[in-house]
Amino acid sequence: MAENGVGASVRRKEDNRFLIGKGNYTDDITIAGQTHAVFLRSPHAHATINSIDTIAASAAPGVVAIFTGDDLAADGIGPLICGVTVTSDDGQPHRAPVHPALAQGKVNYVGDHVAVVIAESLSQAKDAAELVEVDYGVLPAVTNTATAADEGQTQIHEVAPGNLCFNWPFGDKAAVEEVFTAAHKVSSLELINNRMVTNPMEPRAAIADYNAGTEEITLHLTTQNPHVHRLVLSAFNQLAPEHKLRVVGPDVGGGFGAKIFIYAEELVVGWACRKVNRPVKWTADRTEAFLSDAHGRDHVSTAEMAMDENGKFLALRVMTRANLGAYLSTFGTMVPSYLYAFLLAGQYSTPLIYSEVKAVFTNTAPVDASRGAGRPEATFLLERLVDVCAADMGLDPVEIRRRNFIPVEAFPYQTPVVQCYDSGDYHAALDKALVLANYGSFAARAEEAKSRGKRRGIGLSSYVEACGIAPSAAVGQLGGGVGLWESAQVRFNPTGNVQVFTGTHSHGQGHETTFAQLVTEQLGVPFGNIEVIHGDTAKTQFGMGTYGSRSLAVGGVAISKACEKLIAKGKKIAAHALEAAEGDIEFADGNFTVAGTDKAMSIEAVAFNAYVPHSYPEGLEPGFDENAFFDPLNFSFPAGTHICEVEVDPDTGEVEIIKYSAVDDFGKLINPMIVAGQVHGGIAHGVGQALLEGCRYDSEGQLITASYMDYAMPRADNLPSFDIDYAPTDPPDNPLGVKGCGEAGAIGAPPAVINAIVNALGVKHIDMPATPETVWRAAQSV
Amino acid sequence: MLTVKMSVNGKPVSAELEDRTLLVQLLRENLRLTGTHIGCDTSQCGACVVHVNGVSVKSCTLLAVQADGAEVTTIEGLAKNGVLHPMQQAFMDNHGLQCGFCTPGMVMSALDIVKRNGSAVDEATVRKELEGNICRCTGYHNIVKSVQAGAKSMGG
Ligand code: FES
Ligand code: FES
Repeated sequence: MAENGVGASVRRKEDNRFLIGKGNYTDDITIAGQTHAVFLRSPHAHATINSIDTIAASAAPGVVAIFTGDDLAADGIGPLICGVTVTSDDGQPHRAPVHPALAQGKVNYVGDHVAVVIAESLSQAKDAAELVEVDYGVLPAVTNTATAADEGQTQIHEVAPGNLCFNWPFGDKAAVEEVFTAAHKVSSLELINNRMVTNPMEPRAAIADYNAGTEEITLHLTTQNPHVHRLVLSAFNQLAPEHKLRVVGPDVGGGFGAKIFIYAEELVVGWACRKVNRPVKWTADRTEAFLSDAHGRDHVSTAEMAMDENGKFLALRVMTRANLGAYLSTFGTMVPSYLYAFLLAGQYSTPLIYSEVKAVFTNTAPVDASRGAGRPEATFLLERLVDVCAADMGLDPVEIRRRNFIPVEAFPYQTPVVQCYDSGDYHAALDKALVLANYGSFAARAEEAKSRGKRRGIGLSSYVEACGIAPSAAVGQLGGGVGLWESAQVRFNPTGNVQVFTGTHSHGQGHETTFAQLVTEQLGVPFGNIEVIHGDTAKTQFGMGTYGSRSLAVGGVAISKACEKLIAKGKKIAAHALEAAEGDIEFADGNFTVAGTDKAMSIEAVAFNAYVPHSYPEGLEPGFDENAFFDPLNFSFPAGTHICEVEVDPDTGEVEIIKYSAVDDFGKLINPMIVAGQVHGGIAHGVGQALLEGCRYDSEGQLITASYMDYAMPRADNLPSFDIDYAPTDPPDNPLGVKGCGEAGAIGAPPAVINAIVNALGVKHIDMPATPETVWRAAQSV
Repeated sequence: MLTVKMSVNGKPVSAELEDRTLLVQLLRENLRLTGTHIGCDTSQCGACVVHVNGVSVKSCTLLAVQADGAEVTTIEGLAKNGVLHPMQQAFMDNHGLQCGFCTPGMVMSALDIVKRNGSAVDEATVRKELEGNICRCTGYHNIVKSVQAGAKSMGG
């Protein structure tokens, strides 16, 4: 292994700048002459706009301009788009209401964008925004996921009768029905998956600058995918031609999905900077983030499992209503469909699965991907249902899982729901997790807790997820509008140091370190001489960005492919210089050698030779700089078992997590320290969903959890330290042998926590978030 | 408008400000010390923590004028001559940061925790005391480890 190479817990390159206060986040950027934008937002969940009067506001001190939807439309600035088509059961594509960046005649959720006020200072813009007079005709609001599509509900969009975006059945309904009728036992469960606000700690922001000389717009954004932003803003929103739009995602303070999407504010600020011919800056405050970031989850489901007399799963049937909010966000349709139903097999060999997803519009913020995106919803449903099955069959939750796991010899395993898992050993992870969690001696601990008036519970969750998104052909077949390959460029400078350009974007994941480890391992260049560059469309060739735990599994492979090309070219150069046949040149540890001799040339010397090609192979291009694109062959299928042990105080309903054990299969680890950090963060996110976080709208569509006073984020004293370990398998479909690890914790944790609470209380089910009140009520009921 | 004078990271500063200017605005906008962050509008997240006369303070909750005459230390004032403060080093060594957004506030709060609880501060105390600092990335596991390790190395 190279020093600081693959498998080493190298300290991160990015840390120094963050630790000394030299990070460069979007809001840290100031451009001379900048103006400040404030968005006037709808205070109503559902209303017509009869008029907007900006006269008084325009005359307020410092105001530069005020724009409304009409101004955008006049300039042909297109509405926001949704990039994935889902075909409804009537054979038609999902219903897609027009989503203007600034409202045109109607608002559909609290926080919807009505106008933008641009002023010399932020406080002037805020003051002026209060002077804009909007005459609203308030309409009744629809907010309830379960009933939004029922008859008699207020219609939100004309194009979507019954507030239905799509009804998407998948599987053989009749065959499943038949199995259910004949089954020994059917277990069923009704459950919700609570709506969450993703809440990266850095609020969204944008600063746009127009250069009248070059006619180029530069847009610094809180983005997880600068090139996707550029593509969509150019191709669909007509902001500027792609070659005249530069999008930069500088340091970004966490994303977790919320910064994938193309938002109204970004488009408006980008457009307005040309309009006012001044830089325009906008930064969300936290309340705006709650109101207008895309939210996550929000499902109401019924799940049923048919079993034989041994508790073998015969068929699964799932009916889900998914809330998409008031408009479709960029990938809103994909989350409760392909990223959800295709994960319903879980770790089990259930032969038949039928699901039906009704996606509905409501007068709430748009809903889209949030750490895990669809997979936490599928996993929570399945892993809760499996525990109910165990209880109904009188089996231990461990035993019922063992009886139904896909056996290790069955891989690659074709599930009945599209996905073909390339590798996994679910028994191995489970076995290891049981040891890590001291599962065998739980009964004694429960007894001891009882003597103190407390109730202990233990719960497990055996999850699998599909990430590394994704093979382009598969995405295309499913109605996706993009290809999901990744690109890389690996450039030697003449002096021998290396710049690695990646199309992925790091916003906490540590790519600058992990990718440098890959390169030092493969090329033998010292770790310190490698710089990873990302996040700027003017620097990196192209890229699809970071989400779905894809950066290493897809982007890392692209880097490795570019390195392979350099080695191949280097062999030609070294052969010429060392006066040997190309076929006799070997490359290892940064040196090209002539096989069987001590004649050698370092890769740095080869690079220098390539830029100063005085004596050089005939016909070979100078330069030592290669790029590569990689389109994955398959998704990546991380899996594992998480076990949570809780202690419940039945008098207060308080839940304490005593111990949390996780054993995951992420294939090969490049930097175990970073991987562990991703697991910790994911688990905390999942525990947040299970115990604390619940986004609530009231019946009038007011968001009643719009600050950290009302929306409970997990804090240090809500969590324990975690015990984590790995049970890796080698995924044949990934050239680096790696799997994604960024979302696993958020997927695995919620059912483990709830299964533990349910176990402690002896109830059938408890909805998330299991707040003290919910738990106390449940405790009183038994 | 009023004039505010204070010492920031050992240097005297003076600024003409609107009365309503918050300390965090003075730091970020007037002094361009952008290491201090703003993560919320309800004094909950701790991304903005700095030291005022040696005590950790949420700079989003203090008017700049309230710090008139004070000694203010921000994240930019910790490393000396290019050498990280032991608490900064502990965060690096223990992977106590991911996106880095909460980090300055975490480090500044950590120093106050150590000051009040000593170098052998236990995990439960650290967790309790970090209640006013929110991190979405790390799950706190490595932040807690970092604070304890930093405390230890500060204690000698
Ligand atoms: S910005 Fe000060 S506490 Fe959040
Ligand atoms: S490191 Fe990202 S919020 Fe803490």
